[in-house]
Amino acid sequence: MDESQEQFAIRVRDLVVGFGRQTVLDHLSLDVRKGEILGLVGASGGGKSVLMRTIIGLIPRRSGAIEVMGHEIGGTQNRGTQGAAATWGILFQQGALFSSLTVRQNVQFPLRENLVLSQELMDEIAIAKLEMVGLRAQDADKYPAELSGGMTKRVALARALALDPPILFLDEPTSGLDPIAAGDFDALIGTLQKTLGLTVFMVTHDLASLTTVCDRVAALADGKIVAIGPMRDLLQSEHPWVRAYFHGKRSQMLQHEMR
Amino acid sequence: MNSEPLLLATPSGDVLKLRPEGSWTAANVTTLETLSHSVGADVDRSRGVTLDMSGVSALDTLGAWVLEKLSRRAASAGRSAEFVGVADHFSGLMDEVREVNRHTPAPTAKPNAVLLRLGDLGKATVGAREDITIFLQMLGALFMAMIGVLRRPRSLRLTSLVYQLYRIGWQAIPIVALITFLIGAIIAQQGFFHFRRFGAESYTVDMVGILVLRELGVLIVAIMVAGRSGSAYTAELGSMKMREEIDALSTMGLDPVDVLILPRVAALVIALPILAFIGSVAALYGGGLVAQFYGDMGPAIYIARLHEAISVTHFEVGILKAPFMALVIGIVACSEGLRVKGSAESLGRQTTTSVVKSIFLVIVLDGLFAIFFASIGM
Repeated sequence: MDESQEQFAIRVRDLVVGFGRQTVLDHLSLDVRKGEILGLVGASGGGKSVLMRTIIGLIPRRSGAIEVMGHEIGGTQNRGTQGAAATWGILFQQGALFSSLTVRQNVQFPLRENLVLSQELMDEIAIAKLEMVGLRAQDADKYPAELSGGMTKRVALARALALDPPILFLDEPTSGLDPIAAGDFDALIGTLQKTLGLTVFMVTHDLASLTTVCDRVAALADGKIVAIGPMRDLLQSEHPWVRAYFHGKRSQMLQHEMR
Repeated sequence: MNSEPLLLATPSGDVLKLRPEGSWTAANVTTLETLSHSVGADVDRSRGVTLDMSGVSALDTLGAWVLEKLSRRAASAGRSAEFVGVADHFSGLMDEVREVNRHTPAPTAKPNAVLLRLGDLGKATVGAREDITIFLQMLGALFMAMIGVLRRPRSLRLTSLVYQLYRIGWQAIPIVALITFLIGAIIAQQGFFHFRRFGAESYTVDMVGILVLRELGVLIVAIMVAGRSGSAYTAELGSMKMREEIDALSTMGLDPVDVLILPRVAALVIALPILAFIGSVAALYGGGLVAQFYGDMGPAIYIARLHEAISVTHFEVGILKAPFMALVIGIVACSEGLRVKGSAESLGRQTTTSVVKSIFLVIVLDGLFAIFFASIGM
């Protein structure tokens, strides 16, 4: 293994993704270091989710290279993402829990599909994961339809973590949560990242999340990463879109409060 | 990175020293389970357990839990259990795992199997009453919506009605015609085949004519429409319910019955008689073709026999049933759609229920009509 593979969890080079005539990502390059929490910001409809879904192989790309933990991710012809399933856990925006399975079965699903282990151990691991994300064992037999928004996100996080993947992708983890729940969720991600040594790739609009948990923030505009670095560097950025994002009225108020 | 996990057990005095080595990760779960089972008896026998973690090269939640379980096994019997030599980068995970699975929820008592069956029976009975209530409520709501439209004809959703007519009427014609054509042909073939033994082939035409016009034409078409359009209604309304579209309509001061259900049911009531007519004609045509090629009966004779055998009454009996069947299919499909809850599974269940229930009710209705028409001498 050379040094670059040691250092980076995700490497994206010259990525081009488009639909029809529209080009969403235009020669985008991005590196995510191992063990960091990277926040990705960008305009609504600006391609944040597209970038995430391309990295995990759900959207075919036109050109460019993607490497996750040193493994090349398949191009347009070969989706080849099966082997990578244990490499990452993904928290979809709406949770994407399987509605016909209970919470416990949802968390056990990746274990059952990927490993050979006894039902007893599987039950214990599922409960352990649920407790780690702050749920109680009593919630394990509920169905996704019976859960609140915050609980759904927690269960989805427990499922994403079921196989202890080194990389965690989060698509707007705090959207739709009240500020207290969102703050708890941020803290939870921070704690889990430290205990499990995760690399976290987080798409978010939540300025509080960006300031409190993210080690670095990347700004996506015009299909490219226009600025990347710790939050304070981004606040200093001269790029007009980044300035508008972080120095708008809402952001100013928030930052003022924090000071 | 991934080295074979090992678990070395060395008794030192009363205390059992366990030294896990290698990768204690999910990838090696089968080995880990075997290892922890193999030392289980030793743990039970010893007076204390020390887990020396310094040899572990990789650890994840699963591996940490397997080790924690061993230590709890010792601790639960009142013996000492401790971890030593935990590397710094594993200590967070070990601390986390020590906290989990502490509260085992009280196992819920399994109810008696007989009581469970009786409970299901009771629920089904109450459910049947509820079904009737919902059916009648929907019928009433539709009736009120109908009166509203008659008062203010402009409030009729004409665009929606025409679109539904196109979908469930016009687009259904090919498949309805094809299937009734085949059914007519099959009945005629069976008629010729069996009646030939009695030399009564010519009565085949009577049988085909009366059976198709009175019963089969409308019944087959109604069953097909229930399967084709009723299920679509349930699925559409169900997914609208799931995505809160129906709630959105209500909050804008619009009645979902006016906007969504009346155009759909009205389209069914208009389209089903037309489809039944087309279906009957196709079936008679199918019978005619079989008469010519299988029964050696020319078209002229077939039509002449048909003319003698059937009257307008037969046609009326059949076609009069169609709008009522359409109403039943529409009401069942729409009310089942509105009963969909949040999950994808419930959408599937309600769609199945809708089709099964509407086909059942259509056949029951057909039977009631048969009694009714017989008693008024039609």
